[in-house]
Amino acid sequence: MATATASQRTDDRSAAGRAPATVPRRALGRFARRLPARLLTALLLVVVIYPLVWLFLGSLKSQADYLNGSAFSLPAHWMWGNYKAAWVTGDLGIYIRNSVTAVLPALALVIVLGSAAGFALQLMRWRLSRPTMLLFLAGIMVPTQMILLPLFTIYYQAGLTGTLWPLIITYTATGLPLTVFMLATYFRAVPHEVIEAAAIDGAGIFRIFFSVAFPMVRNAILTVALVQFFFMWNDLLIALTFTNSNSLRTVQVGLLNFTGEFGSIQYGPLFAAICITVFGTLILFLALNQKVMKGLAGGAVKG
Amino acid sequence: MLVGPALLIYTAVMLVPVFWSAGYSLTSGNAITGYHFTGLANIRHLASDPNVRTALWFTLRYAVVLTIGQVLLGYLLALFYVFALRRASAVIRTLIFFPVVLPTVAVALMFGRLFAIAPVEGPVNSFLNLIGYHSVDWFSSPSHAFWIIITMDIWRSMGFYAVLLYAGLIDIPETMMEAARIDGATGFRLVRHIVIPLSFPVLLSAIIFSINGTLKVFDSILALTNGGPGNATTPLTLYMFNTSFSYGEYGYGAAIALLLTVMCLIVTVTLYRWSRADQQQAA
Repeated sequence: MATATASQRTDDRSAAGRAPATVPRRALGRFARRLPARLLTALLLVVVIYPLVWLFLGSLKSQADYLNGSAFSLPAHWMWGNYKAAWVTGDLGIYIRNSVTAVLPALALVIVLGSAAGFALQLMRWRLSRPTMLLFLAGIMVPTQMILLPLFTIYYQAGLTGTLWPLIITYTATGLPLTVFMLATYFRAVPHEVIEAAAIDGAGIFRIFFSVAFPMVRNAILTVALVQFFFMWNDLLIALTFTNSNSLRTVQVGLLNFTGEFGSIQYGPLFAAICITVFGTLILFLALNQKVMKGLAGGAVKG
Repeated sequence: MLVGPALLIYTAVMLVPVFWSAGYSLTSGNAITGYHFTGLANIRHLASDPNVRTALWFTLRYAVVLTIGQVLLGYLLALFYVFALRRASAVIRTLIFFPVVLPTVAVALMFGRLFAIAPVEGPVNSFLNLIGYHSVDWFSSPSHAFWIIITMDIWRSMGFYAVLLYAGLIDIPETMMEAARIDGATGFRLVRHIVIPLSFPVLLSAIIFSINGTLKVFDSILALTNGGPGNATTPLTLYMFNTSFSYGEYGYGAAIALLLTVMCLIVTVTLYRWSRADQQQAA
Protein backbone atom coordinates (compact mmCIF):
# COMPACT_ATOMS: atom_id res chain seq x y z
CA MET A 1 0.00 0.00 0.00
CA ALA A 2 2.72 2.44 1.00
CA THR A 3 4.80 1.65 -2.07
CA ALA A 4 1.76 2.03 -4.30
CA THR A 5 1.07 5.56 -3.10
CA ALA A 6 4.75 6.46 -3.24
CA SER A 7 5.15 5.39 -6.85
CA GLN A 8 1.92 7.09 -7.77
CA ARG A 9 3.28 10.31 -6.41
CA THR A 10 6.49 9.96 -8.42
CA ASP A 11 4.38 9.38 -11.47
CA ASP A 12 2.41 12.56 -10.82
CA ARG A 13 5.57 14.49 -10.29
CA SER A 14 7.33 13.32 -13.41
CA ALA A 15 4.24 13.22 -15.62
CA ALA A 16 4.94 16.72 -16.87
CA GLY A 17 8.50 15.82 -17.75
CA ARG A 18 7.78 12.43 -19.23
CA ALA A 19 5.38 13.34 -22.02
CA PRO A 20 7.85 15.47 -24.00
CA ALA A 21 10.71 13.07 -23.27
CA THR A 22 10.76 12.19 -26.96
CA VAL A 23 12.13 15.65 -27.64
CA PRO A 24 15.92 15.00 -27.76
CA ARG A 25 16.85 18.21 -25.96
CA ARG A 26 14.89 17.19 -22.89
CA ALA A 27 16.42 13.72 -22.90
CA LEU A 28 19.86 15.27 -23.17
CA GLY A 29 19.07 17.58 -20.27
CA ARG A 30 18.04 14.69 -18.12
CA PHE A 31 21.15 12.78 -19.08
CA ALA A 32 23.31 15.74 -18.07
CA ARG A 33 21.45 16.08 -14.81
CA ARG A 34 22.08 12.46 -13.97
CA LEU A 35 25.67 12.48 -15.16
CA PRO A 36 27.34 13.35 -11.81
CA ALA A 37 25.46 10.52 -10.06
CA ARG A 38 26.40 8.09 -12.83
CA LEU A 39 30.06 9.10 -12.75
CA LEU A 40 30.18 8.76 -8.98
CA THR A 41 28.55 5.34 -9.20
CA ALA A 42 31.07 4.25 -11.82
CA LEU A 43 33.96 5.52 -9.70
CA LEU A 44 32.66 3.64 -6.66
CA LEU A 45 32.31 0.42 -8.61
CA VAL A 46 35.85 0.75 -9.97
CA VAL A 47 37.21 1.31 -6.47
CA VAL A 48 35.40 -1.73 -5.14
CA ILE A 49 35.79 -4.11 -8.05
CA TYR A 50 39.13 -3.25 -9.68
CA PRO A 51 41.30 -4.68 -6.85
CA LEU A 52 39.48 -7.99 -7.22
CA VAL A 53 39.94 -8.06 -10.98
CA TRP A 54 43.63 -7.33 -10.50
CA LEU A 55 43.78 -10.11 -7.91
CA PHE A 56 42.16 -12.56 -10.29
CA LEU A 57 44.51 -11.66 -13.16
CA GLY A 58 47.47 -12.01 -10.78
CA SER A 59 46.33 -15.49 -9.85
CA LEU A 60 46.79 -16.55 -13.47
CA LYS A 61 50.29 -15.13 -13.99
CA SER A 62 53.52 -17.07 -13.83
CA GLN A 63 56.18 -15.96 -11.35
CA ALA A 64 58.31 -14.31 -14.07
CA ASP A 65 55.27 -12.66 -15.60
CA TYR A 66 54.25 -11.19 -12.24
CA LEU A 67 57.75 -9.98 -11.38
CA ASN A 68 58.67 -8.52 -14.77
CA GLY A 69 55.36 -7.57 -16.36
CA SER A 70 53.40 -4.38 -15.79
CA ALA A 71 50.98 -4.30 -12.89
CA PHE A 72 48.15 -3.58 -15.31
CA SER A 73 48.90 -6.22 -17.94
CA LEU A 74 46.95 -9.35 -18.69
CA PRO A 75 48.69 -12.68 -18.01
CA ALA A 76 51.08 -13.74 -20.80
CA HIS A 77 49.94 -17.32 -20.35
CA TRP A 78 46.80 -18.17 -18.43
CA MET A 79 48.27 -20.33 -15.67
CA TRP A 80 45.28 -22.23 -14.33
CA GLY A 81 47.79 -24.59 -12.75
CA ASN A 82 48.32 -21.98 -10.01
CA TYR A 83 44.99 -23.05 -8.53
CA LYS A 84 46.07 -26.67 -8.36
CA ALA A 85 49.38 -25.60 -6.80
CA ALA A 86 47.56 -23.55 -4.16
CA TRP A 87 45.16 -26.38 -3.38
CA VAL A 88 47.72 -29.20 -3.20
CA THR A 89 51.24 -27.84 -2.62
CA GLY A 90 49.89 -24.88 -0.69
CA ASP A 91 47.73 -27.16 1.49
CA LEU A 92 44.69 -24.94 0.94
CA GLY A 93 42.58 -28.11 0.66
CA ILE A 94 43.58 -29.10 4.20
CA TYR A 95 42.93 -25.60 5.54
CA ILE A 96 39.46 -25.50 4.04
CA ARG A 97 38.65 -28.93 5.45
CA ASN A 98 39.80 -27.76 8.89
CA SER A 99 37.73 -24.59 8.69
CA VAL A 100 34.64 -26.58 7.73
CA THR A 101 35.25 -29.12 10.50
CA ALA A 102 35.57 -26.37 13.10
CA VAL A 103 32.89 -23.97 11.89
CA LEU A 104 29.95 -26.24 11.03
CA PRO A 105 29.57 -28.00 14.42
CA ALA A 106 30.06 -24.69 16.23
CA LEU A 107 27.47 -23.06 13.99
CA ALA A 108 24.94 -25.84 14.62
CA LEU A 109 25.52 -25.61 18.38
CA VAL A 110 25.24 -21.83 18.42
CA ILE A 111 21.95 -21.92 16.54
CA VAL A 112 20.31 -24.69 18.58
CA LEU A 113 21.47 -23.43 21.98
CA GLY A 114 21.10 -19.77 21.08
CA SER A 115 17.57 -20.08 19.74
CA ALA A 116 16.48 -22.16 22.73
CA ALA A 117 17.88 -19.53 25.08
CA GLY A 118 16.46 -16.65 23.06
CA PHE A 119 13.06 -18.32 23.07
CA ALA A 120 13.11 -18.93 26.80
CA LEU A 121 14.33 -15.44 27.63
CA GLN A 122 11.81 -13.70 25.40
CA LEU A 123 8.64 -15.77 25.62
CA MET A 124 8.78 -17.38 29.03
CA ARG A 125 9.01 -14.49 31.43
CA TRP A 126 10.48 -15.46 34.73
CA ARG A 127 12.17 -13.60 37.51
CA LEU A 128 15.74 -13.78 36.24
CA SER A 129 15.13 -13.43 32.53
CA ARG A 130 16.16 -9.79 32.38
CA PRO A 131 19.39 -10.16 34.37
CA THR A 132 20.28 -13.24 32.29
CA MET A 133 19.75 -11.23 29.13
CA LEU A 134 22.02 -8.48 30.41
CA LEU A 135 24.61 -11.11 31.26
CA PHE A 136 24.60 -12.31 27.65
CA LEU A 137 24.69 -8.73 26.42
CA ALA A 138 27.84 -8.03 28.42
CA GLY A 139 29.52 -10.79 26.42
CA ILE A 140 29.17 -8.81 23.20
CA MET A 141 31.47 -6.14 24.61
CA VAL A 142 34.23 -8.33 26.09
CA PRO A 143 37.30 -8.51 23.82
CA THR A 144 38.35 -12.06 22.96
CA GLN A 145 41.82 -11.32 24.31
CA MET A 146 40.33 -11.32 27.80
CA ILE A 147 39.44 -15.02 27.65
CA LEU A 148 42.30 -16.42 25.55
CA LEU A 149 44.83 -17.11 28.28
CA PRO A 150 42.65 -19.11 30.70
CA LEU A 151 41.20 -21.05 27.77
CA PHE A 152 44.66 -21.83 26.50
CA THR A 153 45.57 -23.17 29.93
CA ILE A 154 42.39 -25.25 30.16
CA TYR A 155 42.78 -26.76 26.70
CA TYR A 156 46.45 -27.42 27.34
CA GLN A 157 45.75 -29.24 30.59
CA ALA A 158 42.78 -31.14 29.14
CA GLY A 159 45.01 -32.39 26.32
CA LEU A 160 42.89 -30.81 23.60
CA THR A 161 45.69 -28.80 22.00
CA GLY A 162 46.31 -31.21 19.11
CA THR A 163 42.68 -31.18 17.96
CA LEU A 164 40.09 -28.82 16.54
CA TRP A 165 37.96 -29.03 19.71
CA PRO A 166 39.31 -25.76 21.17
CA LEU A 167 38.07 -23.95 18.07
CA ILE A 168 34.63 -25.56 18.15
CA ILE A 169 34.16 -24.81 21.85
CA THR A 170 35.45 -21.26 21.67
CA TYR A 171 33.46 -20.36 18.56
CA THR A 172 30.29 -21.70 20.16
CA ALA A 173 30.77 -19.67 23.32
CA THR A 174 31.80 -16.44 21.64
CA GLY A 175 28.96 -16.72 19.11
CA LEU A 176 26.25 -17.18 21.74
CA PRO A 177 25.78 -13.62 23.09
CA LEU A 178 24.93 -12.00 19.75
CA THR A 179 22.86 -15.01 18.62
CA VAL A 180 20.78 -15.08 21.80
CA PHE A 181 20.25 -11.36 21.62
CA MET A 182 19.30 -11.22 17.94
CA LEU A 183 17.00 -14.23 18.15
CA ALA A 184 15.30 -12.93 21.28
CA THR A 185 14.30 -9.82 19.35
CA TYR A 186 12.93 -11.98 16.53
CA PHE A 187 10.95 -14.16 18.96
CA ARG A 188 9.34 -10.97 20.23
CA ALA A 189 7.39 -10.94 16.96
CA VAL A 190 5.82 -14.34 17.67
CA PRO A 191 2.33 -13.68 19.05
CA HIS A 192 1.81 -14.79 22.62
CA GLU A 193 -1.60 -16.27 21.77
CA VAL A 194 0.01 -18.89 19.53
CA ILE A 195 2.25 -20.11 22.32
CA GLU A 196 -0.61 -20.10 24.82
CA ALA A 197 -2.87 -21.97 22.43
CA ALA A 198 -0.23 -24.65 22.01
CA ALA A 199 0.21 -24.89 25.77
CA ILE A 200 -3.55 -25.24 26.27
CA ASP A 201 -3.57 -28.01 23.66
CA GLY A 202 -1.17 -29.85 25.94
CA ALA A 203 2.15 -29.33 24.18
CA GLY A 204 5.17 -29.45 26.48
CA ILE A 205 7.80 -26.76 26.53
CA PHE A 206 10.16 -28.58 24.16
CA ARG A 207 7.30 -29.40 21.82
CA ILE A 208 6.23 -25.74 21.73
CA PHE A 209 9.78 -24.66 21.02
CA PHE A 210 10.54 -27.18 18.28
CA SER A 211 7.17 -27.45 16.54
CA VAL A 212 5.67 -24.01 17.04
CA ALA A 213 8.17 -21.25 17.78
CA PHE A 214 11.24 -22.51 15.88
CA PRO A 215 9.46 -22.85 12.50
CA MET A 216 7.93 -19.39 12.90
CA VAL A 217 11.34 -17.71 13.01
CA ARG A 218 13.03 -19.98 10.46
CA ASN A 219 13.95 -17.07 8.20
CA ALA A 220 15.45 -15.11 11.05
CA ILE A 221 17.46 -18.15 12.07
CA LEU A 222 18.94 -18.46 8.60
CA THR A 223 19.91 -14.79 8.74
CA VAL A 224 21.58 -15.12 12.12
CA ALA A 225 23.32 -18.33 11.04
CA LEU A 226 24.80 -16.53 8.05
CA VAL A 227 26.09 -13.69 10.19
CA GLN A 228 27.67 -16.14 12.62
CA PHE A 229 29.10 -18.16 9.76
CA PHE A 230 30.97 -15.12 8.43
CA PHE A 231 32.26 -14.25 11.91
CA MET A 232 33.57 -17.76 12.53
CA TRP A 233 34.88 -18.38 9.03
CA ASN A 234 36.78 -15.07 8.96
CA ASP A 235 38.14 -15.36 12.51
CA LEU A 236 41.88 -15.12 12.85
CA LEU A 237 42.59 -14.46 16.53
CA ILE A 238 41.05 -17.62 18.00
CA ALA A 239 42.31 -19.86 15.20
CA LEU A 240 45.81 -18.45 15.48
CA THR A 241 45.90 -19.02 19.23
CA PHE A 242 44.64 -22.59 19.32
CA THR A 243 46.15 -24.17 16.22
CA ASN A 244 49.73 -25.21 16.76
CA SER A 245 50.52 -27.28 13.69
CA ASN A 246 50.14 -26.95 9.96
CA SER A 247 47.68 -29.85 9.78
CA LEU A 248 45.25 -27.97 12.07
CA ARG A 249 45.36 -24.56 10.42
CA THR A 250 42.14 -22.94 9.28
CA VAL A 251 41.87 -21.01 6.03
CA GLN A 252 42.77 -17.67 7.59
CA VAL A 253 45.80 -18.93 9.50
CA GLY A 254 46.90 -20.91 6.47
CA LEU A 255 46.71 -17.86 4.22
CA LEU A 256 48.74 -15.85 6.69
CA ASN A 257 51.53 -18.44 6.58
CA PHE A 258 51.05 -19.31 2.95
CA THR A 259 54.46 -18.12 1.78
CA GLY A 260 56.27 -20.62 3.95
CA GLU A 261 54.92 -23.69 2.18
CA PHE A 262 56.74 -23.06 -1.06
CA GLY A 263 60.06 -22.03 0.43
CA SER A 264 59.87 -18.64 -1.25
CA ILE A 265 56.88 -16.52 -2.20
CA GLN A 266 55.14 -17.94 -5.26
CA TYR A 267 52.85 -15.11 -6.28
CA GLY A 268 50.63 -17.05 -8.67
CA PRO A 269 49.58 -19.71 -6.15
CA LEU A 270 49.34 -17.10 -3.36
CA PHE A 271 46.96 -15.02 -5.46
CA ALA A 272 45.08 -18.16 -6.46
CA ALA A 273 44.63 -19.07 -2.79
CA ILE A 274 43.39 -15.58 -1.95
CA CYS A 275 41.04 -15.79 -4.94
CA ILE A 276 39.58 -19.10 -3.82
CA THR A 277 38.78 -17.76 -0.35
CA VAL A 278 37.52 -14.42 -1.64
CA PHE A 279 35.33 -15.78 -4.43
CA GLY A 280 34.03 -18.60 -2.23
CA THR A 281 32.56 -16.14 0.27
CA LEU A 282 31.50 -13.92 -2.60
CA ILE A 283 29.36 -16.64 -4.16
CA LEU A 284 27.70 -17.36 -0.84
CA PHE A 285 27.05 -13.66 -0.41
CA LEU A 286 25.63 -13.17 -3.90
CA ALA A 287 23.31 -16.14 -3.44
CA LEU A 288 21.93 -14.86 -0.15
CA ASN A 289 22.82 -11.18 -0.16
CA GLN A 290 19.52 -9.77 1.10
CA LYS A 291 19.64 -11.97 4.19
CA VAL A 292 23.29 -11.24 4.86
CA MET A 293 22.84 -7.51 4.54
CA LYS A 294 19.76 -7.47 6.72
CA GLY A 295 21.41 -9.69 9.31
CA LEU A 296 24.71 -7.85 9.59
CA ALA A 297 23.06 -4.45 9.67
CA GLY A 298 20.42 -5.67 12.15
CA GLY A 299 23.06 -7.10 14.48
CA ALA A 300 24.84 -3.76 14.53
CA VAL A 301 21.79 -1.66 15.32
CA LYS A 302 20.60 -3.92 18.08
CA GLY A 303 24.09 -4.60 19.44
CA MET B 1 15.28 -25.41 31.10
CA LEU B 2 15.92 -24.17 27.58
CA VAL B 3 18.39 -21.48 28.70
CA GLY B 4 20.46 -23.99 30.64
CA PRO B 5 22.90 -25.35 28.06
CA ALA B 6 23.60 -21.97 26.47
CA LEU B 7 24.09 -20.34 29.83
CA LEU B 8 26.36 -23.13 31.00
CA ILE B 9 28.69 -22.95 28.01
CA TYR B 10 28.64 -19.18 28.02
CA THR B 11 29.50 -19.06 31.71
CA ALA B 12 32.21 -21.72 31.53
CA VAL B 13 33.95 -20.49 28.40
CA MET B 14 33.42 -16.74 28.64
CA LEU B 15 32.41 -15.42 32.05
CA VAL B 16 34.67 -17.52 34.24
CA PRO B 17 37.75 -16.95 32.04
CA VAL B 18 37.23 -13.19 32.23
CA PHE B 19 37.77 -13.27 35.99
CA TRP B 20 40.40 -15.97 35.74
CA SER B 21 42.32 -13.82 33.27
CA ALA B 22 42.03 -10.87 35.63
CA GLY B 23 43.61 -13.15 38.24
CA TYR B 24 46.48 -13.97 35.88
CA SER B 25 47.31 -10.31 35.61
CA LEU B 26 48.63 -10.54 39.17
CA THR B 27 51.11 -13.28 38.28
CA SER B 28 54.05 -13.94 36.02
CA GLY B 29 54.72 -17.10 34.04
CA ASN B 30 52.70 -19.12 31.51
CA ALA B 31 50.73 -22.33 30.99
CA ILE B 32 53.85 -24.45 30.59
CA THR B 33 56.12 -23.10 33.34
CA GLY B 34 53.37 -22.35 35.88
CA TYR B 35 52.42 -19.07 37.55
CA HIS B 36 53.97 -17.08 40.39
CA PHE B 37 52.08 -14.45 42.32
CA THR B 38 53.67 -11.06 41.82
CA GLY B 39 50.98 -8.72 43.11
CA LEU B 40 50.59 -5.45 41.28
CA ALA B 41 53.95 -5.62 39.47
CA ASN B 42 52.29 -6.10 36.07
CA ILE B 43 49.92 -3.21 36.60
CA ARG B 44 52.84 -0.98 37.58
CA HIS B 45 54.72 -2.18 34.53
CA LEU B 46 51.73 -1.24 32.35
CA ALA B 47 51.92 2.35 33.52
CA SER B 48 55.62 2.69 32.70
CA ASP B 49 55.86 0.56 29.54
CA PRO B 50 56.52 2.78 26.49
CA ASN B 51 55.12 0.04 24.22
CA VAL B 52 51.79 0.23 26.03
CA ARG B 53 51.74 3.97 25.52
CA THR B 54 52.43 3.54 21.78
CA ALA B 55 49.80 0.80 21.45
CA LEU B 56 47.20 2.74 23.43
CA TRP B 57 47.80 5.89 21.39
CA PHE B 58 47.61 3.92 18.15
CA THR B 59 44.40 2.14 19.21
CA LEU B 60 42.66 5.37 20.14
CA ARG B 61 43.83 7.22 17.04
CA TYR B 62 42.76 4.32 14.86
CA ALA B 63 39.35 4.02 16.53
CA VAL B 64 38.59 7.72 16.24
CA VAL B 65 39.89 8.24 12.69
CA LEU B 66 38.33 5.08 11.31
CA THR B 67 34.99 5.68 13.03
CA ILE B 68 34.79 9.19 11.63
CA GLY B 69 35.92 7.95 8.22
CA GLN B 70 33.65 4.97 7.84
CA VAL B 71 30.53 6.44 9.40
CA LEU B 72 30.89 9.71 7.47
CA LEU B 73 31.57 7.99 4.17
CA GLY B 74 28.83 5.45 4.85
CA TYR B 75 26.41 8.29 5.60
CA LEU B 76 27.34 10.15 2.42
CA LEU B 77 26.87 6.93 0.46
CA ALA B 78 23.50 6.34 2.11
CA LEU B 79 22.40 9.88 1.24
CA PHE B 80 23.61 9.24 -2.29
CA TYR B 81 21.54 6.04 -2.47
CA VAL B 82 18.42 7.71 -1.16
CA PHE B 83 18.52 11.02 -3.01
CA ALA B 84 20.48 10.40 -6.20
CA LEU B 85 19.91 6.77 -7.09
CA ARG B 86 16.53 6.32 -5.39
CA ARG B 87 14.94 3.01 -6.23
CA ALA B 88 17.68 2.01 -8.68
CA SER B 89 20.19 1.62 -5.87
CA ALA B 90 19.61 -2.04 -4.90
CA VAL B 91 22.30 -3.50 -7.16
CA ILE B 92 24.82 -0.78 -6.31
CA ARG B 93 24.11 -1.24 -2.60
CA THR B 94 24.80 -4.95 -2.88
CA LEU B 95 28.01 -4.53 -4.88
CA ILE B 96 29.47 -1.89 -2.58
CA PHE B 97 28.46 -3.92 0.48
CA PHE B 98 30.21 -7.15 -0.35
CA PRO B 99 33.84 -6.41 0.71
CA VAL B 100 32.66 -6.65 4.32
CA VAL B 101 32.04 -10.39 4.05
CA LEU B 102 35.44 -11.13 2.50
CA PRO B 103 38.02 -12.78 4.75
CA THR B 104 40.06 -10.02 6.41
CA VAL B 105 43.32 -11.88 5.94
CA ALA B 106 42.74 -12.23 2.19
CA VAL B 107 41.86 -8.55 1.87
CA ALA B 108 44.92 -7.52 3.88
CA LEU B 109 47.24 -9.67 1.76
CA MET B 110 45.68 -8.15 -1.34
CA PHE B 111 46.20 -4.59 -0.08
CA GLY B 112 49.77 -5.44 0.83
CA ARG B 113 50.37 -6.35 -2.81
CA LEU B 114 48.35 -3.39 -4.16
CA PHE B 115 50.66 -0.96 -2.36
CA ALA B 116 53.84 -3.02 -2.76
CA ILE B 117 57.13 -1.56 -3.96
CA ALA B 118 59.32 -4.70 -3.86
CA PRO B 119 59.97 -7.15 -5.44
CA VAL B 120 57.62 -5.60 -7.96
CA GLU B 121 55.61 -2.41 -7.91
CA GLY B 122 51.92 -2.86 -7.26
CA PRO B 123 49.15 -1.04 -9.15
CA VAL B 124 49.23 1.96 -6.82
CA ASN B 125 52.91 2.69 -7.35
CA SER B 126 52.63 1.87 -11.04
CA PHE B 127 49.82 4.38 -11.29
CA LEU B 128 51.92 7.00 -9.50
CA ASN B 129 54.74 6.38 -11.98
CA LEU B 130 52.29 6.69 -14.83
CA ILE B 131 51.18 10.16 -13.77
CA GLY B 132 54.77 11.23 -13.16
CA TYR B 133 55.40 10.64 -9.47
CA HIS B 134 58.02 8.45 -7.82
CA SER B 135 57.06 5.20 -6.15
CA VAL B 136 56.44 5.38 -2.42
CA ASP B 137 57.58 2.72 0.03
CA TRP B 138 54.21 2.76 1.79
CA PHE B 139 54.94 0.39 4.63
CA SER B 140 58.25 1.86 5.79
CA SER B 141 56.81 5.03 7.29
CA PRO B 142 54.49 4.93 10.30
CA SER B 143 52.12 7.58 9.00
CA HIS B 144 51.83 6.04 5.54
CA ALA B 145 51.24 2.61 7.06
CA PHE B 146 48.56 4.09 9.34
CA TRP B 147 46.69 5.63 6.43
CA ILE B 148 46.88 2.47 4.35
CA ILE B 149 45.30 0.53 7.21
CA ILE B 150 42.59 3.18 7.41
CA THR B 151 42.09 3.08 3.63
CA MET B 152 41.78 -0.69 3.64
CA ASP B 153 39.27 -0.72 6.49
CA ILE B 154 37.19 2.02 4.88
CA TRP B 155 37.24 0.07 1.62
CA ARG B 156 36.01 -2.96 3.53
CA SER B 157 33.33 -1.34 5.61
CA MET B 158 31.89 1.70 3.81
CA GLY B 159 29.23 -0.37 2.02
CA PHE B 160 28.23 -1.94 5.31
CA TYR B 161 27.75 1.40 7.04
CA ALA B 162 25.96 2.72 3.97
CA VAL B 163 23.38 -0.09 4.19
CA LEU B 164 23.06 0.33 7.95
CA LEU B 165 22.42 4.06 7.64
CA TYR B 166 20.30 3.67 4.52
CA ALA B 167 17.86 1.63 6.59
CA GLY B 168 17.60 4.60 8.96
CA LEU B 169 17.14 7.10 6.14
CA ILE B 170 14.29 5.30 4.38
CA ASP B 171 12.46 5.12 7.70
CA ILE B 172 12.08 8.89 7.64
CA PRO B 173 8.44 9.51 6.71
CA GLU B 174 8.06 10.87 3.20
CA THR B 175 5.43 13.32 4.45
CA MET B 176 8.04 14.95 6.69
CA MET B 177 10.39 15.47 3.73
CA GLU B 178 7.54 16.70 1.59
CA ALA B 179 6.52 19.25 4.21
CA ALA B 180 10.08 20.52 4.49
CA ARG B 181 10.34 20.83 0.72
CA ILE B 182 7.13 22.83 0.59
CA ASP B 183 8.57 25.10 3.24
CA GLY B 184 11.44 25.75 0.86
CA ALA B 185 14.16 23.54 2.33
CA THR B 186 16.36 22.06 -0.37
CA GLY B 187 19.69 20.25 -0.71
CA PHE B 188 22.05 20.96 2.12
CA ARG B 189 19.48 22.64 4.37
CA LEU B 190 17.11 19.71 4.02
CA VAL B 191 19.87 17.35 5.08
CA ARG B 192 21.10 19.58 7.90
CA HIS B 193 17.75 20.32 9.54
CA ILE B 194 15.55 17.36 8.67
CA VAL B 195 17.57 14.31 7.62
CA ILE B 196 20.37 14.40 10.19
CA PRO B 197 18.16 14.99 13.25
CA LEU B 198 15.70 12.31 12.17
CA SER B 199 18.34 9.70 11.42
CA PHE B 200 20.37 10.55 14.50
CA PRO B 201 19.48 7.42 16.50
CA VAL B 202 20.72 5.07 13.78
CA LEU B 203 23.77 7.29 13.24
CA LEU B 204 24.53 6.95 16.91
CA SER B 205 24.24 3.17 16.91
CA ALA B 206 26.56 3.08 13.89
CA ILE B 207 29.10 5.12 15.84
CA ILE B 208 28.79 2.89 18.90
CA PHE B 209 29.15 -0.24 16.79
CA SER B 210 32.13 1.21 14.96
CA ILE B 211 34.03 2.26 18.09
CA ASN B 212 33.36 -1.07 19.75
CA GLY B 213 34.74 -2.89 16.73
CA THR B 214 37.72 -0.64 16.03
CA LEU B 215 39.01 -0.86 19.61
CA LYS B 216 39.28 -4.63 19.09
CA VAL B 217 40.98 -4.49 15.68
CA PHE B 218 43.36 -7.38 15.19
CA ASP B 219 43.12 -9.45 12.00
CA SER B 220 43.52 -6.72 9.43
CA ILE B 221 46.55 -5.13 11.06
CA LEU B 222 48.30 -8.40 11.83
CA ALA B 223 47.95 -9.50 8.23
CA LEU B 224 48.72 -6.15 6.61
CA THR B 225 51.61 -4.62 8.59
CA ASN B 226 52.10 -7.04 11.50
CA GLY B 227 52.31 -3.94 13.68
CA GLY B 228 55.22 -2.42 11.79
CA PRO B 229 57.28 -0.55 10.94
CA GLY B 230 58.76 -1.23 14.39
CA ASN B 231 55.73 -1.14 16.65
CA ALA B 232 54.23 1.98 15.08
CA THR B 233 50.97 0.32 14.04
CA THR B 234 50.63 -2.16 16.91
CA PRO B 235 47.24 -1.91 18.65
CA LEU B 236 46.76 -3.15 22.21
CA THR B 237 45.18 -6.37 20.95
CA LEU B 238 48.25 -7.29 18.92
CA TYR B 239 50.66 -6.23 21.67
CA MET B 240 48.77 -8.49 24.09
CA PHE B 241 48.95 -11.37 21.61
CA ASN B 242 52.68 -10.97 21.00
CA THR B 243 53.47 -10.55 24.70
CA SER B 244 51.56 -13.71 25.57
CA PHE B 245 52.37 -16.05 22.74
CA SER B 246 55.67 -14.83 21.28
CA TYR B 247 57.34 -14.03 24.61
CA GLY B 248 55.36 -16.42 26.81
CA GLU B 249 54.55 -13.72 29.38
CA TYR B 250 50.96 -14.68 30.17
CA GLY B 251 50.80 -12.62 33.34
CA TYR B 252 51.70 -9.40 31.60
CA GLY B 253 49.59 -10.35 28.60
CA ALA B 254 46.60 -10.76 30.91
CA ALA B 255 47.28 -7.32 32.35
CA ILE B 256 47.22 -5.80 28.85
CA ALA B 257 43.98 -7.68 28.10
CA LEU B 258 42.52 -6.27 31.31
CA LEU B 259 43.48 -2.75 30.26
CA LEU B 260 41.82 -3.35 26.87
CA THR B 261 38.64 -4.70 28.47
CA VAL B 262 38.38 -1.83 30.93
CA MET B 263 38.83 0.59 28.06
CA CYS B 264 36.05 -1.09 26.04
CA LEU B 265 33.82 -1.09 29.12
CA ILE B 266 34.33 2.60 29.84
CA VAL B 267 33.81 3.63 26.21
CA THR B 268 30.71 1.46 25.75
CA VAL B 269 29.06 2.58 28.98
CA THR B 270 29.85 6.24 28.28
CA LEU B 271 28.45 6.09 24.77
CA TYR B 272 25.41 4.15 25.93
CA ARG B 273 24.66 6.65 28.70
CA TRP B 274 25.16 9.52 26.31
CA SER B 275 22.82 8.02 23.70
CA ARG B 276 20.17 7.28 26.32
CA ALA B 277 20.33 10.81 27.66
CA ASP B 278 20.09 12.13 24.15
CA GLN B 279 17.08 10.04 23.25
CA GLN B 280 15.26 11.04 26.39
CA GLN B 281 15.97 14.64 25.59
CA ALA B 282 14.57 14.18 22.12
CA ALA B 283 11.46 12.46 23.44
